[in-house]
Amino acid sequence: MSRLEIPIPNRAQLVVEELYRDLERRIESSPSGLCPIDMSKAFLELCHAQSCGKCVPCRVGLGQLKAMITDVLEGRASLSVLEEIKETAECIMESADCAIGYEAANMVYKGLQGFREEYEAHIEQGRCTCTYQQPVPCVSLCPAGVDIPGYIALVYEGRYEDAVRLIRKDNPFPTTCGFICEHPCEARCRRNMVDDSVNIRGLKRMATELAGKVPPPVCSESTGKKVAIVGGGPGGLSTAYYLQLMGHQVVVYEMLPKLGGMLRYGIPNYRLPKEKLDEDIDAILATGVQAQFGRRIGIDLTIDELRKEYDAVLITIGASTDKKLGVEGEDADGVISAVRFLRDVGKDQAIDLKGKEVCVIGGGNVSMDAVRTAVRLGAKKVSIVYRRRIADMTALRDEIDGAIAEGVEVQVLKAPVKICKDADGRVTGLEVQPQMISSIKNGRAGVKPSGEENFTIPCQTVIVAIGQDIEYQHFADAGVPINRGVIQTQNYGGFDLLPGVFAGGDCATGPATVVRAIGAAKVLAANIDEYLGYHHSISSGVEVPQPNIADRNPCGRVNMTEREACERVCDFEGVELPMTEAECRQEASRCLRCDHFGFGALKGGRSTLW
Amino acid sequence: MVKVTIDNREIEVENGSTIMEAANRAGIPIPKLCYLKDINEIGACRVCVVEIEGKEKLVTSCNNQVEEGMVVYTNSAKVRRNRRKTIEMILSQHNTDCVTCARNRNCSLQTIARDLNILDVPYEKELRPLPWNKNFPLIRDNDKCIKCMRCIQVCDKIQNVNVWDIEGTGSRTDVYVAGNRNIEESDCTLCGQCVTHCPVGALRARDDTEKAWWAIDNKDKVTVVQVAPAVRTAWGEAFGMTPEETPMGKIVDALKRMGFDYVFDTVFSADLTIMEEGSEFVERYKKGDTRRMPMFTSCCPGWVRFVKARYPHLADRLSTAKSPQQMFGAVMKTYFAQKIGVSPENIVTVSIMPCMAKKAEREMELFYEEYAGHDVDVVLTTRELNRMIKMAHIDPHTLTEKPCDRPMEAGTGAGVIFGTTGGVMEAALRSAYYLMTGSNPEEDAFSKVRSSREQKLWKEAEFQIKDITIRTAVVNGLGNTAKLIEALERGEVHYDFVEVMACPGGCVGGGGQPIKDGMELADGRSGTLRDLDKCAERRFSHENPDILKLYEEFFERPLSHKSHLLLHTEHGR
Repeated sequence: MSRLEIPIPNRAQLVVEELYRDLERRIESSPSGLCPIDMSKAFLELCHAQSCGKCVPCRVGLGQLKAMITDVLEGRASLSVLEEIKETAECIMESADCAIGYEAANMVYKGLQGFREEYEAHIEQGRCTCTYQQPVPCVSLCPAGVDIPGYIALVYEGRYEDAVRLIRKDNPFPTTCGFICEHPCEARCRRNMVDDSVNIRGLKRMATELAGKVPPPVCSESTGKKVAIVGGGPGGLSTAYYLQLMGHQVVVYEMLPKLGGMLRYGIPNYRLPKEKLDEDIDAILATGVQAQFGRRIGIDLTIDELRKEYDAVLITIGASTDKKLGVEGEDADGVISAVRFLRDVGKDQAIDLKGKEVCVIGGGNVSMDAVRTAVRLGAKKVSIVYRRRIADMTALRDEIDGAIAEGVEVQVLKAPVKICKDADGRVTGLEVQPQMISSIKNGRAGVKPSGEENFTIPCQTVIVAIGQDIEYQHFADAGVPINRGVIQTQNYGGFDLLPGVFAGGDCATGPATVVRAIGAAKVLAANIDEYLGYHHSISSGVEVPQPNIADRNPCGRVNMTEREACERVCDFEGVELPMTEAECRQEASRCLRCDHFGFGALKGGRSTLW
Repeated sequence: MVKVTIDNREIEVENGSTIMEAANRAGIPIPKLCYLKDINEIGACRVCVVEIEGKEKLVTSCNNQVEEGMVVYTNSAKVRRNRRKTIEMILSQHNTDCVTCARNRNCSLQTIARDLNILDVPYEKELRPLPWNKNFPLIRDNDKCIKCMRCIQVCDKIQNVNVWDIEGTGSRTDVYVAGNRNIEESDCTLCGQCVTHCPVGALRARDDTEKAWWAIDNKDKVTVVQVAPAVRTAWGEAFGMTPEETPMGKIVDALKRMGFDYVFDTVFSADLTIMEEGSEFVERYKKGDTRRMPMFTSCCPGWVRFVKARYPHLADRLSTAKSPQQMFGAVMKTYFAQKIGVSPENIVTVSIMPCMAKKAEREMELFYEEYAGHDVDVVLTTRELNRMIKMAHIDPHTLTEKPCDRPMEAGTGAGVIFGTTGGVMEAALRSAYYLMTGSNPEEDAFSKVRSSREQKLWKEAEFQIKDITIRTAVVNGLGNTAKLIEALERGEVHYDFVEVMACPGGCVGGGGQPIKDGMELADGRSGTLRDLDKCAERRFSHENPDILKLYEEFFERPLSHKSHLLLHTEHGR
């Protein structure tokens, strides 16, 4: 007789494991707007099924919670049931033996706190006021509302130029976004329920790559109105594009020598090759948008002058100054903000880092841009210094991985406390205090000193990438409302007390993404047009193909590939490689066409104009 | 052209045809429930699924197009199994008390279930009744709703009134009044297009037939009934009879057999409306009142409700003339009451209308010296007329043509076309011409204003009468109307006189008309009215001898003090 046995996985269990993974992907792509109480009940049923059944609170209590929630959903409950649900949940949280029980009750408890109004509405009105909000998840989540299933279908058919035309209806930066959009559209892609999200950004990049140069549409008849736009970044240029298409003459005032804002002077060439950015800007300028360079608002020209000269004024100055660290030695020679550092590179005035050691403070995308740029400028050693863990960084995972592959050191759980300098005031190192990860607050893990000794990372350059601020003083003086350092507009993008003045993009939201600035541009263009007394609409004239009715069999996602790390660190050329046309077509065929199949067929499937 | 094979039949169809259209072309009608051409092609009911060779998943034939070489099976084992299961699922959530349903024997779900020979449903019954005010002219039974979404789409896309929406998610998804309101609080115009496009009995008009029977049976009451022009074009459909077989005279016979004391034709009061509204228009035009915004017709109560809910600032642009229904009621309880020597309290006025909004119009606020009470006491739809014919077990084939009663018997072709889009305008212009020039125009001089259900946006026309230019527009459907109002308010267009009918095609397509699922019959019914006008003995309202006598004996002249008191109202108040 054997004393021990090697366990053989049971077949049912294996299938259940697979179902768990299906469920995970399904939850990932869960649309918003679903009835939160119905969802709570569904979660609770799953939790209850997980119960081992040993203890009373979990075995019995969770079932009773479910019964009470069901009564709420069926309109059979009175308001007093909410107190009963709360007390029962609290008791299970306090008395259950293990996390299966107390965490399940905690979920109900959190819901009761978080959406009590919905509970009350169900009880008092006997009606559920929730409606489905994301008919086409990708379009709903794209701040610019780009017709994603539409252009993917066009890519599938090889109609790349039409794809670009369709994208431009909502986003005049298709090439740029094909390279660097953070693609919030992919987050809840329904294809996740089958296998994995569609590589939407990659397909957009391929559409522009394969289309070549596509001229912009013809502008509407001139209205004779003039609009000044202060700041030639993505928000300003996108608004300029749409206003010009609507027949208004736009003049963009840009303080730097070229247009593009952060796209040119913030994002490094290896992520967004400048000739690619120029393709978008050329198309925007081809509509007739005019630009004036080198004039700074508040110094060379004032908002009041612009208001007199133009029928409307738009402020899209972005967030272009740096935040300060606030530690000793920050004034040392060799400390530079990431914004300034990257702008200098963009202006071909890069500082010399050859053979130097560089510390970059911060865990966001700008920090990744700074480290990878420093590597390309020949630094001997580049380190990211970050207070938390890699998992807590706000940078895209791909950017972090890219940096690591390029030999960047990552010093996590290190809080900068002092910049050391020599007698000449030059940086010699960064003193850091080791941290340990700590309790989670508002969903994010905090840190506290670990008690280990402080130490110094030797370096000659410190790049600070902990955020950006907005240069708002001139606007504040002109009467533009400012709140916590951000220009505060009404939700139509203007100011009730300053008719004809509008603002948007980073300067009105704080530092955000390109596609959010583009989304704001649509709102601004429409409302400026309306303010000028017009009601133009923007459409593409492109007809979206019927969906193909092929079965959607599981198929892997085509990811973009990159040039070898050892090769790409030697230059500033683009890192990401395109898909092949075959890959592109296969990836496009993975789209489930939620505009046609599902709720999109009923409502919200497509808006052909705005 | 695309070559496809459907159920082993090879056919060639146009590019872009749906599978359902292609199958129809091959003589294969695919069963469907939620589909409404151009309005609701959402593949929600899944009844129209078909199998495509080489594909695992079934596809809906209503909203997927044929492809070259496609091989389709509309009745394979897989399709049959799925279609059957789907219907069983729908039936599990449908109140199948068919015998007490207004749509019994005219229900698409019932027909499909019967055609598929479904005798047992394996699923547990799950009904979700929701409360509803049964006194409202529009009644909804949630437990009959199959969530085809047609009502939402018709109200959104055709009428732009957005009364309905989906509420809740998951298993508790319901169709209900949008924006968490009750139906009374909504902007519902009672056009009834949701009712006539409901495939089942989830939406219906309030049934008032018992009120009519009560009046008939009450010996102290004199019942006086009027029948709107559009009714004659459609009532016979329910009995499988053609318009030629079912003229107005046979409705008179049916109503008399039921026991109504007096029967009149609303065409008479349509002529009266023209006298008042035409005169009002000429007066307002001459005063320069239509220089910025037009005068709008006011005979469509759906439109009047719409304008008051959505554009209250435009209510004073409506003609102050009451609708033919209300005018007739007012005349019945005054002039006619005197004629027959009956106190108005003992007269019960009934009207038979192609319309549901008329049920609410009778509740309208009265401002002047009308008979205390209501001009009209009971409003029945065409469908209720048919129900009463059946309730009285009258065989419609035995009916013979009978004349209307005196002294409000005569009607003109101008009054007849009130029931179709463009008709009120045409009738008004015929008489306005006479009022302005003292002579009659050519009978068909204003045929340019004739519109149809198919008309996109609206139909505009301009007429030169002597030295005066009159710009007119005719619009049907409230979605088109909303666009017209926007254009007017933006100053993109200008008209002096605008006719609005809330229902697509006008009253002939009204929410009270017989229902034939999947068919839009308004334009065919319009043809009937236009033929009647063409063949009419008189085609000018101002030549109706009984109208002239009514003025001579009672109202003196159009817009007289008395006619203001009885025949006009104040929408702007």
